Amino acid sequence: METDPKLGYGGSPSRTTGVNLELHEPARNGVGDGSWSWSTYDSPGCWDEMVANGKPRDECAGVSSYLESLTMAELGDRQRAADLAIEAMGITFTVYSDDGGIDRAWPFDVIPRIISTQEWNTISDGLVQRLNALNLFIDDLYGAQKVIKDGLFPAELLANSVNFRSQCMGMKPKFGTWAHICGSDLVRGGDGTMYVLEDNLRVPSGVSYMLQNRQVTKRVFADLFHEIDIHPVDMYPLKLLDLLNSLSPRQGIVPTVAVLTPGVYNSAYFEHAYLAQQMGVQLVEGSDLVVDTDDCVYVHTIGGLERVDVLYRRVDDLFLDPEVFRADSTLGVPGLMRAWRAGNVALANAPGAGVADDKVVYSYVPALIQYYLGEEPKIENVPTFLCLNDTHRQHVLSNLGEFVVKPANESGGTGVFVGNKSTAAEADDLRRQVEADPRNWIAQPIVNLSTAPTLIDGKLAPRHLDLRPFILSGHQSYVTQGGLTRVALREGSLVVNSSQGGGSKDTWIVDASRPHPFDATNSA
Amino acid sequence: MLLSRVAEAVYWSGRYLERTEATARLVKVHTELFLDLPRAAGLTWTPLLAVTGSKASFDEHYDEVTEENIIRFLTVDANGQDSILASLTAARNNFRVTRNVLPAAAWEQLNQLYLWMAQSRGQAVDRRTRLAWMDRVIRDCQLMRGLLAGTMSHDAAYSFLEVGSLLERADMTSRVLDVQAGVLTGGHGHVGDSSTSTYGDVTWMAVLRSLSAQQMFRRSVRTGISGPEALRFLLRDAQFPRSVEHCLTGVSRALMELPRYELAMAGCAHVQQLLEDADVSALVAEGLHEYVDALQVGIASLHDALTETYFVPATTSDGAMLASA
Repeated sequence: METDPKLGYGGSPSRTTGVNLELHEPARNGVGDGSWSWSTYDSPGCWDEMVANGKPRDECAGVSSYLESLTMAELGDRQRAADLAIEAMGITFTVYSDDGGIDRAWPFDVIPRIISTQEWNTISDGLVQRLNALNLFIDDLYGAQKVIKDGLFPAELLANSVNFRSQCMGMKPKFGTWAHICGSDLVRGGDGTMYVLEDNLRVPSGVSYMLQNRQVTKRVFADLFHEIDIHPVDMYPLKLLDLLNSLSPRQGIVPTVAVLTPGVYNSAYFEHAYLAQQMGVQLVEGSDLVVDTDDCVYVHTIGGLERVDVLYRRVDDLFLDPEVFRADSTLGVPGLMRAWRAGNVALANAPGAGVADDKVVYSYVPALIQYYLGEEPKIENVPTFLCLNDTHRQHVLSNLGEFVVKPANESGGTGVFVGNKSTAAEADDLRRQVEADPRNWIAQPIVNLSTAPTLIDGKLAPRHLDLRPFILSGHQSYVTQGGLTRVALREGSLVVNSSQGGGSKDTWIVDASRPHPFDATNSA
Repeated sequence: MLLSRVAEAVYWSGRYLERTEATARLVKVHTELFLDLPRAAGLTWTPLLAVTGSKASFDEHYDEVTEENIIRFLTVDANGQDSILASLTAARNNFRVTRNVLPAAAWEQLNQLYLWMAQSRGQAVDRRTRLAWMDRVIRDCQLMRGLLAGTMSHDAAYSFLEVGSLLERADMTSRVLDVQAGVLTGGHGHVGDSSTSTYGDVTWMAVLRSLSAQQMFRRSVRTGISGPEALRFLLRDAQFPRSVEHCLTGVSRALMELPRYELAMAGCAHVQQLLEDADVSALVAEGLHEYVDALQVGIASLHDALTETYFVPATTSDGAMLASA
C-alpha cells in the first residue's frame, strides 16, 4: 500500500471532534460491569457504516448484538489477542525511513466493517463493468485508437500521458486483457452513495492484508464466524492462479508461473511472498531470470535454466527491462519486453496498462463504459473537474476552498491540495502549478469519508475509512468478497494510509435478509 | 523447481538455525561446567571465543575479558555476527526470502523465538536465568526442526536445509573437539590422559556434554570415559546424530535427492575418507589440532562445491544449461 498511498477526501475536522463514547457508565446501563450500547455513539455529519440514529444498520444487527454481549474489557482483550496474532504471524508492512528495521507490525482494528450482500452484488457488478471498459480502452489505445478518432478521448491527453508506452503499440495480449489485476478505491459520501475514487491498474497492493485480516479475525472471533454467514475471502489466491495459468503462451503443459518482485526491501515484499506462497508458485527477482537468444524467459534453478511462462510482475513498467526502459534498472530483466512482444511470456499486468491509471482518464470512465459497452455505469465516479478544460479550471481556481486538487499521475499522496485545510500561500502556489500544466491537474469536491466504530483507547469511536476491492480480469472476471478496508486511526483524519497512521479492518459481506442467532425477535 | 537464490537462502537458514542452537548448547554446557569445577581448575570463559572463532571480533567490541562480556557477546549482542541473536536474525532474514518454500508454521515459530529473544536479552547474561534462557532457545530450535521435518515435503529445498544444518553441525563438532579438548586441559598439547589433569574425566565428559553426547556415549561405550573412545565416538560413530560421520552420511543422503550432485558428493566423500583414516589413539596424544584443520578445510571445500554447482547462476545465456525436467 505504501507504493500508492494517497490522501482521502478533505473534510472538516471540527465535525468529528468530541464524539468519543463514554462507555463505562454504570448509571446508564444499570449494571456496572462494563457493558455498553450504541445509544451514545454518534458520527455527526458522516455516514456511519455500522450505526444510524443510535441503532445498528440491518446488515450489522447480528454482529452488533454479538459485540454488545461483550464488555469493553472483553473487546480490549480481543484486540490484544489480534495484535499478538499479527506479531506472531509476522504480518508486517514496510516503512522506508524506519531505522528500527525493515518492517513494522500491521495496524489492525478488530471491529469488522460490514457491507450487505445486496449492496455488494451491485458494487461487484459495477467493478467488473468498469474494468471491462478500461481493458477495451487500453486495447484500443495500443491498437486502432477508435476512441480518439471518434472524438471521445482527446489525442492531446494521450500525447501527454506519462504512463503511455509506445513500445506496446500493436500488441494483442490474450483475451484483450491488459489490466488483469485491478485495485479500485471506493469511498462512501455523506448521503451513503458509494463512489469509485480511483482505479489502480499498475501494481496494486493490499490484497494479502485483506486475506491476513480474515485469518486474524477468525482467530479472535471464532465463535462469531460459527454463527453468522460471512462470505469467505480466501478464494482469491486460487482465482489469481487460475487467471495467471490461463495466460500461458504454451498450451498443453502445466505452465511455470512466477511472481516477479523488486526484492526484500520493497515495501510490498511481504505481499509478494505471501501471494507466491498461497499460489504455490515461484517468487523471483530480476537477477533470477534471463532472456535467451530464443526470446524466451528462463529462471536459474538448481537443475539449470527452466522456462517461465507467466510473470505476475510487481515491478513498475519503467524498471522491467533495461534494454527498453530505464537502463539503470537492476530490478528488471534485459530482454523481457522482447520476450513479451514475441509472445513467449505473459506479463500481468501488461506493460503500458497504467495508461488508464491516470486521474484524467478516470474522469472519462463513465463515458468509456457507455462507448465500449453501451451500458450505464453501475457505480458512480466522484464528480471530477479537468483543469485542462478552461471553464472547469476557472471554476475550480475561484472556489479552491471546496475542492481537493490532485496531480493526475502522482502516487503517494504527493502534491495533493485540500482546499479547506490549506493556507493562502499554498493556494497561490497551487494556482501557479495548475496554470503551468493544466493537463496534469484534476479537482474533486471535498467529500467526507464514511466512518465506522473503531476501538480507540478502550472505547468505540468513529473513524473515517475507505475500501479497496480487487478485481481480476481475463478468461473470466472475479471480484473479492469485500476488500481491504483502510481506516484513519487519528481522530478526524481522512488519511487512511498505513505509513501515515492508518490501520485496517476486516471487511465482512453479510446477508442482511438472513436471520441471525443474536436476533432478539429470533430468540424470543 | 527450486531457484538457485532460494536454494542458497534455504541452505543458510539451515546453517544459521543450527548455529543458533549449537551456540546455546555451548554456553549452557560451559556455564554448567563452570559450576561443577572448583575454582582451582582455573577454568575461564575464553575457550568459548576460541570455539566460535570470534576472539578477534570480541576484542574489537569489548575492552575487558569478563564472563559477563563474553556471554553478552555470544548471546544477545546485536553488533557482532557471532551471537545467538545474530545467528537467529540471519536465519530469519534468510527465511524471509524463502517464505514461499518453507512452511508458514515454521516461519511463525522462528518469528516467535526471535521476538522473545529480542525482549529477554538480560536473562541470557544473568547467571541465575541463563540456563533457562539457553534451554528455551535449544527447545525452540528443536521444535522448528520438528515442524520442518514433519510438515515440509522432503524435496530439494528440504535437502538444502538438511545439508546446511548437517554441515554446520559437523563443523561445530570439529571445533569443539579442537578447542574444548585442547584448551580445557590447559594447553598441554595432548588431551585425554587423566593423569595429567586432575579433572581429565570431567573434561572429556564436558566435551561430550557440549555436544549433548554424554548419555549416548555411555550407552554406546559402556566403559569409563577415555580420550580415544570419546574422540572415536564424536568423529566416527555411525549412529550418534552429532558425530561428524553421521552428519556427513546425512549430507550425502540429502545430496542424492539433488540434480548434478557429482562435485559436492566428491567433496563429501573426501571428508568421509579423512574420518575413516583417523587413528584416534594417536590423535589423542598428538596432532588433533592439525587433523581438525584438515577436516574443516574439507568441509569448506564441500561448501564451495555447493556454491559452484547450485548457488551461482550462469552469467550468460550462451550455451545455457537446460534443466533435464
